Amino acid sequence: MVVNYFPGCTLKTHAKYLDLCGRKAAEKLGVELRELPEWQCCGAVYPMARDEIATRLSSVRALMSARDNGGELVTLCSACHHVIKRVNGDMQRDENIRTKVNNYLKPETPYAGETTVLHYLELLRDKIGWDAVREKVVKPLEGKKIGAYYGCLLLRPSAEMQMDNAENPTIMENLLRAIGAEPVIYSMRNECCGGYVTMEDSSFAASRAKAICDNAAACGAEALITACPLCYYNLKQNGSLPVYDFTQLLAEALGVDMEGLEQ
Amino acid sequence: MKQENLIDAVRDSSGVNPRKCMKCGKCTATCPAFEAMEYHPHQFVDMVERGKIEQLMQSKGIWNCLSCFACVERCPRNVKPAQLIEAVRLAVIRQQGMNHLKPEQIPELLNPDLPQQAITSAFRKYRK
Repeated sequence: MVVNYFPGCTLKTHAKYLDLCGRKAAEKLGVELRELPEWQCCGAVYPMARDEIATRLSSVRALMSARDNGGELVTLCSACHHVIKRVNGDMQRDENIRTKVNNYLKPETPYAGETTVLHYLELLRDKIGWDAVREKVVKPLEGKKIGAYYGCLLLRPSAEMQMDNAENPTIMENLLRAIGAEPVIYSMRNECCGGYVTMEDSSFAASRAKAICDNAAACGAEALITACPLCYYNLKQNGSLPVYDFTQLLAEALGVDMEGLEQ
Repeated sequence: MKQENLIDAVRDSSGVNPRKCMKCGKCTATCPAFEAMEYHPHQFVDMVERGKIEQLMQSKGIWNCLSCFACVERCPRNVKPAQLIEAVRLAVIRQQGMNHLKPEQIPELLNPDLPQQAITSAFRKYRK
C-alpha cells in the first residue's frame, strides 16, 4: 500500500525520530509513506476565525496535492493532523471559505474537501488493523506499563476530528496492546501540556507537565507515549517520566533496526 | 474601531452566538489556564454578550488561552468560548503595531530543544 504523507516542519527538524520511526514501522507493515512533493508548513495552529483565509492555504495545497494522487493523506504530528483535518472540514462545509480559497488558488479543479485525512494511528487501526500489527510484532514490550498521552489536538473538537471518543479514547491504548505493552489509563491523558504558552511562560507549561506525569505515575505508568512534538517537549522538559514518540516503540516492537536512525 | 463595529467583528469572525450560553461555568471548570485569565471563560462569554470588547482586548488573559479546545468540547450549549478568545486576540493583533510577539524577542525565548512547532504556533497566535 502506498499512501500520501505530510510530515510537517518539526518532523524534519526536532522530531526527526517521530518521522523516521514512523516510516520504518510503516515499511514493516507493508505501507510506503510517500512524502508529498513541495509541502508547506501547516501553520501549527488551526485558524479558528472564519475570516482567516491566507492561514488556511498551505493546508489546502497539501490536501489538493493528495486529492490528485490517490485521495488520501496521512499525517503523523498531532498539530499538523488537527490543522489539516479541520481545514478540510471547512472546505467541505463553509461556502465562504471554500469560495475565497478557490478564488485565490485558482486550481484547475476547484477543491471542496474531497481528500480523506488520516492520522497515522487511524492508518494502523482502520487500514492495517490491530491484528495485522500484532502479527508483525517480533519484540513485544512485555511487562511494560505505558501511559498514552493524547493531549488536546488529536481528539478535540471530536465533532470535527472524529478520531475517537474525546473523553475516553482507546486508539493509543489499543496500539500499546498490539505491541505487547500494558496500557495505563490515567485521568489527565487528554488534558493540555501547556502547548505554545511555554514560549512566553515556561513555568506554566512546567506545572501542567508535572501534573500530567505525576498523575500517570500514580496510576502505575513507567513511561508515556505521544504523537505531538510539542507535548513531547513540554513533558520531557518538565515531567518525571520517560517520554517516547509512539512510532519509536512501534518500530522497536516490529524489529526495525534502530541503529543509524538519527534521534 | 467603533464599539459596535468591534462587537460585530468579534461575533462574525468567531461565528459564536454568546447568547446561547446558560452560564453553567463548565468551560471555566475545565480550562487548564483559568487561573491565568482574569476573566474566566464563562465570564469572557458574558462580557462579549454585553459588548465589553475593549475591556477584553486589554486583558492579559487572552494570551494565556492554550487553544486546547477543552471548553469547546465540553460546553453543553456548543458556545465555543475558545473561538471568542481567538476573535478578541485577533481584534488586537490585526491593529497596526499591536503584535504581542515580535521577531526580535524570539532569540531570547529559544532553547536548543524547543520544537519549531512552538515558535510557529506562538507567531500565529501572537502576531499578524
